[in-house]
Amino acid sequence: MLAYTMRRLLMLLPVLIGMTLITFSIVHLIPGNPAQVILGETASETAIKDLEESMGLNEPYVVQYGIYVSDLVQGDLGTSLKTKSPISKEIWPYIAATFELTLFAMLFAIIIGVNAGIISAWKQNSWFDFLAMLIALIGVSIPVFWLALMEQWIFAQELSWFPSSGRQDNRDPMEPITYFFVLDSIIQGDFSRTVQVLKHLVLPSIALGTIPMAIIARMTRSSMLEVMKSDYIRTVQAKGSGQLLIIYKHALKNALIPVLTVIGLQTGVLLGGAILTETIFSWPGIGRYIYEAITYRDYPVIQSGILVIAFLFVIINLIVDLLYKFIDPRINY
Amino acid sequence: MPNEVLKIEDLHTHFFTDQGEIPAVDGVSLTVHKGEVVGVVGESGCGKSVTSLSIMQLIPSPPGKIVGGSIHFKGEDLLSVSKKRIKEIRGNEISMIFQEPMTSLDPLFTIGNQLREAIRIHQKVTKKQANERSIEMLKLVGIPRAEAVMNEYPHQLSGGMRQRVMIAIAMSCDPEILIADEPTTALDVTIQAQILDLMKKLNQEKETAILMITHDLGVVAEICDRVIVMYAGQVVEEGTTREILKDPKHPYTKGLIRSIPKLHEKDQQLYSIPGTVPKPKMGNVGCRFNDRCEYAHDRCFAETPELFSIINNRYSRCFLLDDSEGKVVTDAEANIRS
Repeated sequence: MLAYTMRRLLMLLPVLIGMTLITFSIVHLIPGNPAQVILGETASETAIKDLEESMGLNEPYVVQYGIYVSDLVQGDLGTSLKTKSPISKEIWPYIAATFELTLFAMLFAIIIGVNAGIISAWKQNSWFDFLAMLIALIGVSIPVFWLALMEQWIFAQELSWFPSSGRQDNRDPMEPITYFFVLDSIIQGDFSRTVQVLKHLVLPSIALGTIPMAIIARMTRSSMLEVMKSDYIRTVQAKGSGQLLIIYKHALKNALIPVLTVIGLQTGVLLGGAILTETIFSWPGIGRYIYEAITYRDYPVIQSGILVIAFLFVIINLIVDLLYKFIDPRINY
Repeated sequence: MPNEVLKIEDLHTHFFTDQGEIPAVDGVSLTVHKGEVVGVVGESGCGKSVTSLSIMQLIPSPPGKIVGGSIHFKGEDLLSVSKKRIKEIRGNEISMIFQEPMTSLDPLFTIGNQLREAIRIHQKVTKKQANERSIEMLKLVGIPRAEAVMNEYPHQLSGGMRQRVMIAIAMSCDPEILIADEPTTALDVTIQAQILDLMKKLNQEKETAILMITHDLGVVAEICDRVIVMYAGQVVEEGTTREILKDPKHPYTKGLIRSIPKLHEKDQQLYSIPGTVPKPKMGNVGCRFNDRCEYAHDRCFAETPELFSIINNRYSRCFLLDDSEGKVVTDAEANIRS
């Protein structure tokens, strides 16, 4: 297990280098010169020259890349052009917001998706199976923004069950510690606030989690059906075991690998692609952070935001790979 | 008889497919007595595996369904008892091992886990007791370094070792009868011999009856007391191993035995029964072997033969052995009776 983990970590290096190369190139792929872009159309020649000098843009690309990477390693993501503050400081609350939302969306997707898939496979061709697969089909087909708006209309406006936007009640904002609001409120022992924060999470989590839920349900079902036909399941039946043991111990564990792959990929997608949901629910996440940076042409922020999302994606895939080994002892790289 | 462990009477297991109803097992009767080893022989698709799965009620359903007959285990009708009772019997009183040791063990759990599971489904024992019993079973089936193997995964063991583990699992609750569905087919010859020796040893020491499903007459000769020959979903001949091998009565059994290569005969083409096994179908009239049989005559196409009794517990499904019949094909008959 240890050797496997080390090998897998080593394989991370080229990926990380590739990532930084791409984000580094972004600045240089923008038409015109970065200093010109930063200072705007009306800047004078000398001002541009000075800025180029101070930003090190006169150095060869290799040296510039070296400086970029060594800054990154030291946790320096650069400075926002708009706020003039270090990105590494101001990006954290956005990451935490996205992370929290992704976590709850995936929890929703996994708990419902996996169980619906299991029961559908178990009771294949039953009314439950048909209904679940119909819902899954609708789930993958629904546009997220439409679902989000419908949720707001029904559950926030008409029924007033859940708040329609934001991470918390803005009239009474909390003192953040980790910026994971659920965690923070628990640390502070303020459980009424925990409930309030959780209520804010419900609608965006469902909006964001519906597509992954549908994909996971379909994947679990087909994987389970495949496994249920295998010889070792027949062996367990021949041992005289009950259905629950067969399904939740042997069949589920064997069916889990493809499901886990989908879960990993979908988590990555949610981390990076939640801009629509975050915008509709005024969720101050990384998607919106980047979106706003784009409208301000705040290139260092765009660059760092992309890098952070890519990094999270890689980390999630690493976790998934380590979980594979945990599930299946035969897997080896 | 009091010592009948398993008694199958007129079993019909049919498969309902897009091509229609297929009678995979079409009126099979057989009996296994305490401590006896009974072989069921036949080629692929003759219904021998379906028969064994029917006993355990592990027929994949749909499409399969037991549509008629009875299966009595020590007087209890398995086809009418509750599902709960079936689960109590499976793995505890009737155990089964399968053809494919490579895929019959769950790849994601240790050998120990799978053995303990088999024990703890049926016996109220602590994990520690189950563990001790598991190690004892592994030693019984001749696995060296049993304690270490407990913590290993199936992919770390060879095919022969896995089949031993399967036997250990099957024997862990001291069953009355062990159904072995081609247990040696996927193994090489030396390992086959070892596994057969092991099964014979367990049969003698523990008095476990064995129903040995096989297509290999060598296996039959090695281990079985009595043999049932199946063809196209039916029993065509029954007798002791010696009778079947030395004096086969049914043309199909004769053909099977003639197709075994002999060591001392050189430069000869190996005999094979012409034609192929017919696809079982509903409403069949005539002997199922008629188109491949060298003794076939008009009656074989017009009527369906029953299982004729020859002497005690010796049966054959062939008109040539019907004493009530007039001498229709005297030549052939003289030949086959001699």
